[in-house]
Amino acid sequence: MAQNESEIRYLTPPTVEVKKKKYCRFKKNRIKYIDYKDPEFLKKFLNDQGKILPRRITGTSLKYQRKVAKAVKRARHIAILPYVTDLLK
Amino acid sequence: MLNQYETVFIATPVLSENQMKEAVQKFKKVITENHGEIVHEENWGLKKLAYAIQKKSTGFYYLIEFKGEGNLVEKLEVQYRRDERIIRFLTFRMEKFAIEYAEKKRKQKESGKIKEE
Repeated sequence: MAQNESEIRYLTPPTVEVKKKKYCRFKKNRIKYIDYKDPEFLKKFLNDQGKILPRRITGTSLKYQRKVAKAVKRARHIAILPYVTDLLK
Repeated sequence: MLNQYETVFIATPVLSENQMKEAVQKFKKVITENHGEIVHEENWGLKKLAYAIQKKSTGFYYLIEFKGEGNLVEKLEVQYRRDERIIRFLTFRMEKFAIEYAEKKRKQKESGKIKEE
């Protein structure tokens, strides 16, 4: 009986999804200061409308998400990044 | 200990090179006259703006890092507001990591950009 249970056959083989673990790139690379002057770097944290992406998507830790937000807002003020746009990337 | 501040301003693109220099001199003077000490300055030149400010699509960027008392920032910003040539400015206190980062960047520049971050 025990053997039979392990021999369950599927018509289509079940896809086993291996989820890639998200990580905080600042913690990993030991980046302590996020420069607002570098628009190319900051664009990694924006969607194509120029909105800041949530942590659940980028995987950034809370501490650094706050710093990202601050850097993006500074960049927007000094016209390095746009406030609103379409097709940023 | 005095705080270190970083200030960036955007001047109108209609200025000539000499007028721009004069504007920079003026603000540097504001800092030094109020017991501030200029640590570093950087001219980014004419840059395209991400969005139009006062119907202008480009501007002269200039960055100054300085040490000074907190009330100096207020005086400097009053001068920015009074000056028609300045279309946008940003001043903030640099935290210790920001100072470290700025110093590292400068050193890298001096040694001929060996590594780029």
